[in-house]
Amino acid sequence: MTDVHGAELAVTVIGPDRTGIVADVAEALARLGANLTDSTMTRLRGHFAMTLICTAQASATEVEAALLPLSADGQLLVTVRNVGPDESGHNGGLPYLLSVHGADRLGIVAAVTRVVADAGGNITDLSTRLVGPLYLLVAEVDLPEGVPGKLTERLAHVAEDLGIEVNLRPAGADVL
Amino acid sequence: MSIEGWDITALGAGRVLPVVTAPEPVLSRVGEAVDPTDPRVVALAADLVATMAVSPGCVGLAAPQVGVGMQLFAVDVTNHPKAATVHGAFVLANAVIVEASRWRPGREGCMSVPDLTGDVKRAGRIVVTGELPGSGRKVTITTDAFEARALQHEIDHCNGLLFLDKVSGAHAIYQRKVYL
Repeated sequence: MTDVHGAELAVTVIGPDRTGIVADVAEALARLGANLTDSTMTRLRGHFAMTLICTAQASATEVEAALLPLSADGQLLVTVRNVGPDESGHNGGLPYLLSVHGADRLGIVAAVTRVVADAGGNITDLSTRLVGPLYLLVAEVDLPEGVPGKLTERLAHVAEDLGIEVNLRPAGADVL
Repeated sequence: MSIEGWDITALGAGRVLPVVTAPEPVLSRVGEAVDPTDPRVVALAADLVATMAVSPGCVGLAAPQVGVGMQLFAVDVTNHPKAATVHGAFVLANAVIVEASRWRPGREGCMSVPDLTGDVKRAGRIVVTGELPGSGRKVTITTDAFEARALQHEIDHCNGLLFLDKVSGAHAIYQRKVYL
C-alpha cells in the first residue's frame, strides 16, 4: 500500500480580532486529521488575518464545512482552496532589503513595487504601515544578478517623483 | 572615561528646542559640514545638549532633529544599562566612522519616529573622528556596545538617514509600547 499524501489546501481567515481564533482554527483542522504546514498570522489595525497551508485527506469542501462554525456569526470570513505543489519557477536571486518612508499619499506601494517587478525582482516578504502622516514600507526582495544598480537608479527617480525616501541594500548575512 | 580636554559647560546654557518628526524633509537631507568654532554652531551644540537633557530616554540628538541640516550631534549614554564604554555627554561636528566591526542586531527607537521601534544591525565596535564645538579640535573616539550604536544612529541622522532606512527585515518594525 502506497502512502498517499493528502491534498494541499490554502486556508484564509479574516475578521475582527479576538482571543481564540488561532486555537479554534487549529483544533478544527486537527479534528479532520489535517496537518498544518506553513502559516502566517498578523493583526492589522485591530483585524485578524491568517493564511495557512495544510495537507488533508478531506476535500476543500469538507474543510470549509468544518470551519463554518467560525464564520457562523458573520464576523470571520473563511476560505479554503486547493493549491498545487510549489511550482515557483523562481531561482532564488540575490536577497535585498527595500525600505521606503515618507509623507503618505496615494500610489506609493504601487509605484515602488511596479519598478521592482519590472526589474525582475520577486518580493518575498513585505509590510507597510501608516503612522500619522508617515508611510512606511519594508520589503524583502530577491533580485536577478546585474539588476541592483539600475534598479537603485530607477527607484531614486520614483522617490523623487513621489517625495519619499527609498533605500535598497543587500540583506546582510544572518548574525549568528 | 571622558574626552580629554572636553568641557561641556563651556558651551554655555542652551535652549530647549522642539524636535521634528518624520516625514519632515530635513530629516532626509544630508547635513552640511560645519565650522565647529562658529559661535552659532557652539550655540546649537548647547541647544542639543539642553534638549537631550530634558527628554526622557534620549541618549542622542542630531541637528536635523531640531530642524537644522548640519553635521552636528550630541550623545550621552551615561548610566544606560546596555552601555559598556561611556564617554559622558559630548558633541561632535563633522563626525566620520573610520572603523566598524562586530556587527549585531539591536532594537532602536528615535524621538523623530516616536511611535515605532525597529531592529537595526550596527557595529558593536567603532572608531569615530569628529571635531569638538568651540575649540574645533579633532578627536578620535574608540567605543563599543551601546555608545557605538548611539553614535551610528546620530551619524546617520546627519546624513539624512533614519533607523527606518536600516531595519533588518520586513517585520523588524514594531509599534512602540513604552513611551518615556
